[in-house]
Amino acid sequence: MKKYISYFRMWLVMGLQYRAAAFGGIVTQFFWGFMEIAAMHAFHESNPAAYPMTMEATCSYIWFQQAFIAMLSARLFDGQILDSVRSGDIAYELCRPVGIYDMWFSRSTASRLSAAGLRCIPILLVAVFLPKSYRLSAPAGLPQFFFFLLTLALAVLVAVSFIMLIYISGLYTVSSDGLRRLCSSLMDFLTGAYIPLPFFPGTIRRMLELLPFASMQNVPLRVYSGDLAGAAMYRALLLQIFWLAAMVMIGKILCRNAERKLMIQGG
Amino acid sequence: MITMENVCKSYRIAKRNAGFGAACRALFHREYEEIQALNDISFTIRDGEMVGYIGPNGAGKSSTIKILSGILTPDSGKVSIDGRILWNLDGKGRSLGAGKEKYRRIDHVRQIGVVFGQRSQLWWDVPVIDSYELLKDIYSIPDQVYRKNLAELTESLSLTEFLRTPARQLSLGQRMRCEIAASLLHSPGILFLDEPTIGLDAVSKLAVRDFVKKLNREHGTTVILTTHDMQDIEALASRIILIGKGRILMDGTLEDIKRGGASMDETLAQLYKSYEIT
Repeated sequence: MKKYISYFRMWLVMGLQYRAAAFGGIVTQFFWGFMEIAAMHAFHESNPAAYPMTMEATCSYIWFQQAFIAMLSARLFDGQILDSVRSGDIAYELCRPVGIYDMWFSRSTASRLSAAGLRCIPILLVAVFLPKSYRLSAPAGLPQFFFFLLTLALAVLVAVSFIMLIYISGLYTVSSDGLRRLCSSLMDFLTGAYIPLPFFPGTIRRMLELLPFASMQNVPLRVYSGDLAGAAMYRALLLQIFWLAAMVMIGKILCRNAERKLMIQGG
Repeated sequence: MITMENVCKSYRIAKRNAGFGAACRALFHREYEEIQALNDISFTIRDGEMVGYIGPNGAGKSSTIKILSGILTPDSGKVSIDGRILWNLDGKGRSLGAGKEKYRRIDHVRQIGVVFGQRSQLWWDVPVIDSYELLKDIYSIPDQVYRKNLAELTESLSLTEFLRTPARQLSLGQRMRCEIAASLLHSPGILFLDEPTIGLDAVSKLAVRDFVKKLNREHGTTVILTTHDMQDIEALASRIILIGKGRILMDGTLEDIKRGGASMDETLAQLYKSYEIT
């Protein structure tokens, strides 16, 4: 276990050194968030009655989404992992007494946390002091805030466990490029990165909420503002745990299977 | 002790002719060619031996190293290292011996050190010493042993100056010395060196050779070395295994292949020609 914590620590520290990338990210996310809220205002004004969330909840949703994008996105991949599979440098990883799955998992989680850690504070700080209709408001209450943190942590793990499946597919097909591109656009849609899931029509919405992708950002972002509360929230929480367990199990089985017949090419 | 008995490994390689037409045809019908990378390889290496494993490009050297280091599964044959059976497979790739040799990569790799000359095991963006600290945790090396090994390796490979440099900013020679140290921090009994001197300048080559010799002398580490540099072989290997087209062609000492005043490279070229493996 200690070795995976060391991997985690190392990648956490490593991630903190990429200052320029973080600065670029902050600027992009900030403007993106601003534009998105402006668009949501336009929707709201055209027909307030049909609007499924409160405006404050929408603003919080969007600001947290932008602040934690590096942590929750289902389309950010670790280039080093993909390269190590394609180039065969994974040979060295296999020559060490570590499980590939656990190592990749701790690395991915760490680099996500450090990337988000660098970006989130400036974004959230500015968002708190914006004019009222754009502002990030306080959480709905202390218990909500606690559940927000809990579901947020689970959301990161669910996102990583899904990304792991894509990394592992690379062990079978050499390059996971195709699958990755396919996922990238689909994920933004299914996770609620384009529009929050409550905006989808009835049946589609209910189906989307059952998929693992809803567990990746939809849940914590709505828990914060109290948009998701009570029994629905507990159900969403259980669903997160279920998907996490399921995807880790599938990933581990696939990974063990792949390790056995892996071929490192070239000399 | 390392033993390989009747180990075979073949690769399936997709082939097609050049051009657009051939590429389109390959969409529907792929042609594959079986390449027999290792064909009935058997040998035994005793503890503390230094063995040069030589042969032309594509002879099967790296495949052998990968099988011995547990990261490539052979098609058939039996491989055991220090009594641990890595693989025991019949002709159809089925496991023999009632699951005794079930997959134990993690137990196995703890006992070995590997250096692939053409790849890097140091983490690119962090100082070398950070990579070492991580390796310490990965191998669960006790503090005392780690400090002792690190001091010894730093001294004999003269690493002091660049332990704090990120790996990406090291020259090839410096990096290779760091790589070798990295593979020895956990005091493995067996060291696999796959072309460790490739691309190195004279000074670094000599440093690496001297170090490996010293390692073998003082710690009795078994060393298996693949290389195209005959001076490596001359300096290091007391025993030479020659492989070509997946078969072992010769297993002997340097004196067995040396003749007259010819240089090592000429001798080897002659040898390759006589076995028709070039």
